[in-house]
Amino acid sequence: MIKTEHLCKHYPAVTAVEDVTFEVSPGEVLGFLGPNGAGKTTTMRMLAGFVTPTSGRASIYGHDVETDPLAARQCLGYLPEGAPSYGEMRVQGFLDFIADVRRLEGPRKRERLNYVIERLQLASVLEQPIETLSKGFKRRVGLAQAIVHDPPVLVLDEPTDGLDPNQKHEVRTLIEEMAHEKITVISTHILEEVDAVCTRAIIIARGRIVADDTPLQLTTRSRYHNAVSLQLSRAEQLEAAREALAALPAVADVEVREREARLTALPRAGAMILQDISALAASQGLQLKELRLESGRLDDVFRTITA
Amino acid sequence: MRNVALILRRELASYFATPLAYVFILIFLVLANAFAFYVGGFFQLGQADLRPFFMFHPWLYLFLIPALTMKLWAEERKSGSIELLMTLPVKVWEAVLGKYLAAWIFTGIALALTFPIWLTVNYLGSPDNGVIIASYLGSLLLAGGFLAIGSCMSALTRNQVVAFILGVAACFVLLLAGYPLVLDVFRGWAPQMLIEAVASLSLLTHFQSITRGVLEARDILYFAMLIGFFLFTTTVAIDLRKAD
Repeated sequence: MIKTEHLCKHYPAVTAVEDVTFEVSPGEVLGFLGPNGAGKTTTMRMLAGFVTPTSGRASIYGHDVETDPLAARQCLGYLPEGAPSYGEMRVQGFLDFIADVRRLEGPRKRERLNYVIERLQLASVLEQPIETLSKGFKRRVGLAQAIVHDPPVLVLDEPTDGLDPNQKHEVRTLIEEMAHEKITVISTHILEEVDAVCTRAIIIARGRIVADDTPLQLTTRSRYHNAVSLQLSRAEQLEAAREALAALPAVADVEVREREARLTALPRAGAMILQDISALAASQGLQLKELRLESGRLDDVFRTITA
Repeated sequence: MRNVALILRRELASYFATPLAYVFILIFLVLANAFAFYVGGFFQLGQADLRPFFMFHPWLYLFLIPALTMKLWAEERKSGSIELLMTLPVKVWEAVLGKYLAAWIFTGIALALTFPIWLTVNYLGSPDNGVIIASYLGSLLLAGGFLAIGSCMSALTRNQVVAFILGVAACFVLLLAGYPLVLDVFRGWAPQMLIEAVASLSLLTHFQSITRGVLEARDILYFAMLIGFFLFTTTVAIDLRKAD
């Protein structure tokens, strides 16, 4: 279990993190979301014991990161922002060094090194200096060093930044596979990633937690939750359709995208409008290309809470 | 100690992974010998000793050692790798000591590669090899002192050029602490005791006393305390300002 209590970090000019409290249990994948500069990285750095909190405390499996840092770090695999490493070292030498510092020895060391090299597809670059690698490879080297000792806690700051879509998919699969027994905290500003891998999302804005929920629950906060989107096959029906939809009592608002002849009807709080709208479409003789119930948009929620 | 050894090995390997090691060793050897022969008048003196060789080491080190140490911590800060290092299960002093010892061993390698001049002087005459060994030891200790100072200056900044300039300045002041250039700053207002205390910090005085062939406990102790003090300060500086 990792735990933060009232974590604060104040710099002379800015408050980076203010009163951040949360707990994460094994099996959870917590996604940290927030605009740039919201305090995601600072919070993760305090968890990893790199930044000293102004006040409050953080602990990893009961080990306080400030007073018992070595024990806390032993449980932790950490990918710092930007995946820094020693540029002049070769990938093999770097991973070897990390494995040694992590006290891996003999067959276990070989087994773990082979595992990360295979899973992160590093075999082709083992003899290359890290500074000559592409951004995607550097990120994967950073991930490899974070997981090589099979830690019970993973804190990964933007693990998929700089990866192409296939590599992103690979890394997400890897995180999902490892997640069962582990505590995983990732930060990202890619919202689809939260949907794809996280069991829980915390949104931070201006240093404070503004939402802490499952991704599914978060999407229900969207005004698009249970909205109905319809696309007409005949654009000339657009205006009539808009008026008819807006007249429905359960519809709060109607958005129109003329180019696609698409209308989106937003429900009043808690209302289900799909039935009404499909009945309306039949009675008005609207010719539909598509009729769809929306589950809510995370980016919409994100914008609303962090704006 | 295992972590110290691991960090030492990694650092030492990284010297040789870049041109730094080769450039440093080459320049050191060329300058050390050039000074001995052209400025020190190694041949003209007609004496079979290495004094003209060792007498320039402080001045060579004054610029070469800060060039070596400026990257120790400043580069870690700049590249962000300090975040990686300081979140591994490694104590700060282990990292400080590992990096320092790597730099010292590296300087020791460069110094050891000056052995041809020792062979030469033995071929040409019969020098007092005891004095020469003491001088090598003195030179190594002096380098160790400069390295500790440089490590501390590098820990204070993320800018390598600043680290270099601070390093040269701090080394220069401590080198000449026993000479008017530094002491005149204190004369006139400071009590005699303080002036004497400052004078006793002079690296050059202690270095010269060793290179005369007199290995005294107080000189060794001086270097040990100097190195200890600056490494301790480095540790505190890194620990307090890891993320800045």
